[in-house]
This record gives sequence, structure tokens and C-alpha cells, in this order.
Amino acid sequence: MSDVTVSKPKTTRSWAWLGIAPFILFAVMFLILPTMHIIIGAFKNQQGEVTLDNIRNLFQPSIMASYWISIKISVASAFFGCLIGFAIAASVTLGGLPKWIRAPLMTFSGVASNFAGVPLAFAFIATLGRLGLVTVLLKSWFGINIYAMGFNLLSFFGLTITYLFFQIPLMVLIVTPALDGLKKEWKEAAQILGASGFQYWRMVALPILWPTLLGTFALLFANAFGAVATAYALTGSSLSIVPILLFAQIRGDVLQDPHLGYALAFGMIVITGFANGIYIWMRTRAERWMK
Amino acid sequence: MAFLDLSNLQKFYGTNHVVKDFSIGIEKGEFISFLGPSGCGKTTTLRMVAGFEVPDQGAISIDGQDVVRLKPNQRNIGMVFQAYALFPNMTVAQNVGFGLKIAGKPKDQIAERVTEMLALVGLKDFGARYPFQLSGGQQQRVALARALAPSPQVLLLDEPLSALDAKIRVSLREEIRNIQRDLGITTIYVTHDQEEALSMSDRIVVMHDGIAEQIGEPFEIYNKPASRFVAEFVGTLNLIDATVEDSSTGRVKVAGQHLELGRSLEAVNGATVSLALRPETVRLGRIADGDQTLTGLVEEVSFLGSVVRIKVALGGNHIVLDTFNRTISKPPSIGDQIEVSFPSESVMI
Amino acid sequence: MSKKIWSWLALVFGILYFGLPLLGTLEFSLKMRRGVYSLDAYAAVLNDPQFRATFSYSVIMALFTIVLGVIIVVPTAYWVQLKYRRLRPFIEFITLLPLVIPPIVVVFGYIRLYNTSSWLPLTGSAMGTNILLMFGYATLSLPYMYRAVDTGLRAIDVRTLTEAAESLGANWLTIMTRVIMPNVLVAILSGAFLTFAIVIGEFVMAALLNRPAFGPYLQIMGANRAYEPAALAVIAFAITWACMGLIQLVTRFQKFSRVAR
Repeated sequence: MSDVTVSKPKTTRSWAWLGIAPFILFAVMFLILPTMHIIIGAFKNQQGEVTLDNIRNLFQPSIMASYWISIKISVASAFFGCLIGFAIAASVTLGGLPKWIRAPLMTFSGVASNFAGVPLAFAFIATLGRLGLVTVLLKSWFGINIYAMGFNLLSFFGLTITYLFFQIPLMVLIVTPALDGLKKEWKEAAQILGASGFQYWRMVALPILWPTLLGTFALLFANAFGAVATAYALTGSSLSIVPILLFAQIRGDVLQDPHLGYALAFGMIVITGFANGIYIWMRTRAERWMK
Repeated sequence: MAFLDLSNLQKFYGTNHVVKDFSIGIEKGEFISFLGPSGCGKTTTLRMVAGFEVPDQGAISIDGQDVVRLKPNQRNIGMVFQAYALFPNMTVAQNVGFGLKIAGKPKDQIAERVTEMLALVGLKDFGARYPFQLSGGQQQRVALARALAPSPQVLLLDEPLSALDAKIRVSLREEIRNIQRDLGITTIYVTHDQEEALSMSDRIVVMHDGIAEQIGEPFEIYNKPASRFVAEFVGTLNLIDATVEDSSTGRVKVAGQHLELGRSLEAVNGATVSLALRPETVRLGRIADGDQTLTGLVEEVSFLGSVVRIKVALGGNHIVLDTFNRTISKPPSIGDQIEVSFPSESVMI
Repeated sequence: MSKKIWSWLALVFGILYFGLPLLGTLEFSLKMRRGVYSLDAYAAVLNDPQFRATFSYSVIMALFTIVLGVIIVVPTAYWVQLKYRRLRPFIEFITLLPLVIPPIVVVFGYIRLYNTSSWLPLTGSAMGTNILLMFGYATLSLPYMYRAVDTGLRAIDVRTLTEAAESLGANWLTIMTRVIMPNVLVAILSGAFLTFAIVIGEFVMAALLNRPAFGPYLQIMGANRAYEPAALAVIAFAITWACMGLIQLVTRFQKFSRVAR
């Protein structure tokens, strides 16, 4: 009995480190070191000297245009993803729709939020491509030729619509529990104190949901910004968004400057990191009232 | 017409008739409790007054004005909810000032009123805190201050103490009552706790199955229950089966022993009736001359601190009695044969 | 009542937006034979040896990734819960990093860090690249796997269970395999199915590491064929749906077993 009590704390401590070590090793080797390597590479030239030239070279019109279109698509798809996802989640939780709708909606959202990448591109080509179902139906039923009207799936607008297919469900998945967390008593307390429905949303519900909404927006932004497969399968490399440019660069050094590739990737990290930085900063401001 | 008048309220949830023909007139400044088990319709009635539920029939008027068509935010009513109804994203001061801000009051007026209200509930220095930094009791005080800040005509309290622990419950109920008296605000208090209702109210409405079983002062409700349900729900009750021997004189037989109730009974001779006795009216031993006595065996003794509760078996019946704990005399032990006595007028039939 | 109308409108919009692409894809996939609906596209896909090869490669990769993920995540989440509560924000931050750092950047790092002339030349051999790809997949699924397991562990009282097992003389391995694992099995399975869904369709990592996985195969088909891609999209959607359905199923099964206890 006595040797058990003596030896136990010691063995527990040594085991504890072992329990966490594989994780740390994994995170360092396959997440942190590769990322650090890219970041450091962005500040080095071919000879290994420290330089800002790579970063400076990012500011050429074609690369800037790539970043700009990427940011536009990401912001638009994150914004509308949040807005529409919120509307759908609110309809189901608070809008008085039949209760049975909820379970299938959540399951479907789980599926659709993971249905990204190449197959998603196929689905939209089959729907909104030149021979897609909706394109053809609109033409033959209503005489509307969306392609003649300037629509193109391989564009800012087309890509945003496609990305919304996984952005909206992701928002639904995250915001539904948050909407459930709004207590009925808060609304009633606000009402009985004289507040209108609008005032309740502006002064109570939205401030409470704000951290969740911000976080989801940042997540959706990063989600769209880093997405390669859908865009690549849709457009080949004809639409020059940053991840596709980087993809082509890694495959074939299209920029003819390996270290510019590092800088390109570094720029992506900076932008998603910046989005999340804003999120964390706003969240700490918005969350003073949380434990 | 009373200040707050509820007349012939009816409410259905589907086919479920939750409030049946409920009427009461409440005077200005009165403290009324709705007392009843869960599902008796007390909360639904309260929510109809607040405007969260629309009655299927009947009228509600405050100070002569019909409010049934008004939305909750137009009724000028204050309400305290069961728990957790403070806005978590606002400080205590912002919570209390919410109603005034909605009403468009100037900032300095709001600040002044908030300070006043926080002082009233004894939380003067807590204005800058957030709800999560307060205890449950403190949160409910803030909720009270918030409800009172816009000077409502009527205050509604929906089981405000049920989520708190016993000690705070007792102190807070006294505080609520004092504040209510000071402000003279007409108040409806919903509770399932008879002790709360009895100790706080001017009048109590005992509700059961959507019906007001009895409306009366606490003394009346406790001592002269209008129905078997009221008698059983409010306080502890001993029920003893007795056989009527002489209905004109009130002589009955319990487990082979005779009792003289000293009044005529409605039942015919030979019928079985239930006698009801409050535990506190039954005493150990024979004390006064006119008392009725019964002899039985001690079955259980529970020591409750200041009071000792003794369960006595009388044939197939049981009597529970409370006796004060005296340091000098030990309570009887289980199996003792003892005599219990009570005044004949304390027996309810 | 206007609230209800808006709710229905939002729902109808959702059904149209999500329903039409699925319907469009399904319809397109059936149109291979001129004039009639047929399953020709599916037959063509299923008979394609490339399809079988890449699909089975991805399935095997997914299975290995799941095992790797469990080995990495479960002990860590357990120890964080049990002993290192202070480390929790730090560990959680790391598990969320893959949502912030784009996968293409991570794999770019791999290519440069583990190339043939580096200290760990994983990309030098096919097996090495497979292993590298598996670790890449594991980072992709890390946020989901960790979250699922952590939630599962929080639902049971890890500390009490562990102390009870220790007091009965169980060692670490026994505690892990006999006490903790069975209790968070459902959480692990949820994470596993999600990982499976992610790995099967993954494109960027496999394409840049030049491995013959299902994702790059899909892309090549998309660039060269007309009807087969639609059939493949339907199949991919069905696989995703099956994974999510299995998550629901195991979760529901757990609820039943909890009630029964």
C-alpha cells in the first residue's frame, strides 16, 4: 500500500508529458514549422539573405488584382453566407415554422457545409453552366438568357454564388445553437419594459449574438479565402484568385521567382490572420459581460 | 370597479382548458398572491395580465382602462421573472435603466432614477457590474429594481424566489414586501410555496385546475379553507376517519374512542366523515379542560429544531402533531402510548 | 403573422438554392444517352479503373488518417481535461489554426520543408509522400476531431472515472482503452466520419503532393468529360450524406443507450 502512494505522483507526472507530447510534436512538425518556413522564406532571397524585395514584388498590378478579387469574393460570400444563414436559422428557431423542419435542416447543413471542393463545382456547372438545368429552364420557360445578360459562372458573382453553397450551411450550423441560447425571458423582459421587437433585437439580442456572428464571419472569410478546389475545378486557372495563383506557382513556378511564391503565401496568412485578429479584438470588446 | 380588474378570464391551449372563468378585483396597493400547484393556471393568468398571452374570453382592466388589446410594451407593467432574465450584455445600471431609456428619458434623469432604485434594493455600489458577477439573490434584486424603475402601475412577480436557496428566499421575501408597501404598488405574486403566500400577501388566490378555489386573507385561507383542496394544499393536515354516532350533538367515534365536537353535523348517524386537524392545534397530553383527547401509539418522531413533529397511530388513522422543543423534557420515543388533545372547535370537517 | 411569412420565404429560398444544384446535377448525370434518362454515366464511372484505384487510395488514406487523428487527439484532449487545464486555451488555439491557415499554404510548407534535399526527405519516396499526405489530412481534420472528442470528454466526468479506475489498480493504458475510449466512442466516431468526408474529396494537398487520390481524379474528369463529373458529384454528395447520416445514427444510438442505463 505504502509504495503505491509514494510512487504514484511521480509516474503520473511522467505519463502526463507523454500524453501531450505526440500532439505537440505533430503540431510543430506539420503545422507550425511549415508555416514558419513559408513566413521566413518570404523574407529571404535566393542566396538566403534577409530582404523585403519579395514583399515589395507583391505590389505589382496583376498580383494585387488577384488579392483584391479574392478578398472581394471572400467578403461577399462570408457576408451573404452570414446574412442568409442567419435568416434561415432564425426562421427555424424563432420564426414559428413547424418543429420537424429543424432536424432535416441541421443534417442537411452538416452535409452541405462539407460538400465543397471539386464536386461542388460540378454541381454548379450542371446547374448554372451554359448547359445547366437552371440556365436552360430560364431560357425555355421565361425566355431569359442569363449568359446573354452577362452572367458567367467563372466570375466574381458566379464564384460567390457557388461558395455560398457551403458558407450558408456553416453559418446555420453555428448560429442555430446561439439563437437557441437566447432566452425567452429576455425578450419578454424587454417587451414588458416597453421595448418594441426591433428595439429588443438592437439592444439585447444582437449584442448577445455579436461575438458569435463576428467569429462566424471571420471563419467564413478564411474558409472562402483559402478555398482552391472549387475555383480550380470551375475555372481552371482562368480566374486569377490568390489561391489559384499560388497553386499554379507551386506546380510550375509561373511567377518565375520561387521566393515570390513564399511572399504570396505569406500574404494569405497575413490576410486570414488579420481577419481573425480583428475578430479576436472585437470579441474581447463585445464579451466583457461573459465569464 | 377595482384598480386591477380581471373578469371571467378563459384560456385554452388547444383543447386544454387552463384557465376557467377566473375573476378578481384587486385594489390599488394590494399585494395578491396566486397560489397553487404547477399547471393550475396561475402563471397563465399572470401572463395574460402582462400581455404575453391573449385570453380567449374575458376582460382585464387597469385603472378603468381595458388592456386586453394592448401589447405587453404598451401596458406599463413591471415584471420579475423566475430566473436569469437580466440582460447579460448590460451592466446592472444599464439593466435598471433599460425601461427609462426605451421611454426616451434624458440621460441624467435615468442615472438619477437608477441610483435611487439600486439604493432601494440595497445594491448601491453594484451599478457597474455585469449580471454574471452577481449572486442569484442579487440578480433578482436587480430584476426588481429594473421592473420598478419606470414606475409601473402594476408589478407582477412570477415565482421570483424559486431558484434561490432557502435562507435568501426568506430574507428576500421580506424585502420585496417592504419595498412593495413603501411604494404602494399593486402587486400580483405567483408562487407554489404556501409559506411565501401566507407570509407576504394581503390576499391569496388559491388556484386549482384553472379555477380560483378560494380568495381571502391568509388567516382565512389557512383557518377556514373553503374546500378540501385548499385545506390540503395550504399547510399540513391530519385527516381522520370517524363514524358519526349522534349528528345533533356532534358525537363521533374514532378508533374505538369517542369525541364530542360540540356542534351538529350534516351527516346522518352511522356515516363515515373525515375530520381535519392542523398539526399545531394538536397537543401532547391533556392541557385544557374542554379539550378532546385521543390515545394512540407513537409511530415516528422527527426532530426539526425548534419543533418536534410526532406521528401518532390511532387504529388505521394517523395524527401528526407539532410540539415545541423544550430543553428540559425529552420527546416521547417510538412505541410509547401517549394522549393527544385538541380543542373541539379546531376540528374541521 | 408577417413573421411567419418571412420565415417561410427564407426557407423556400433555401430549398430552391440548395435543391436546384442537386437536382441539376442529378438530371445532368442521367442525360449521357441522347434523348432518354439512363445510368450510363454512372456505369462509365464505376467501370473506370482509375476511379477504383483513386477511390480506394483515398479510402485507405482516410482510414489511416482517422487512426492517426485518434492517436494524436484523444490522449491530448484527455490530459488537458484531467491535468493541464491551464493549457486548454493554448491547445484549442492550435487546433483552430488549420481553419485560419489555408491548406494550400500548409502543403506548400511541406513541399519545401520535407523535400528530397532536406533533413527529413519525405517527398523523396511514394511511401514518404503518402505519410506526409496523411499528416496533412490530419491537420485538416484536427479542428473537427479535437472538438468532437473534447465535447465528448466534457460530457463525462473524466476525473472521477480516472480516479475510480486508478483506485481499482488500472494502469494508464487500461484506463485509456477500457474506460475513456468506450465512453467517448461516439464522439470519436463522429470525428472519424467527418474526417472521412473531408479526406475523400480533398484536392489541394493530394494534387500538390502528386498522389493519385480521388480529389485530383475528380478534377481531371471535370476537365475532360461532360456527364461523368455530374455522376461523380452525385456519388460524392451521397458519400458526404452517408457520413453525416452515420454521425446522426451513432449519436442517436448513444442517446438510447444512455436512457437504458
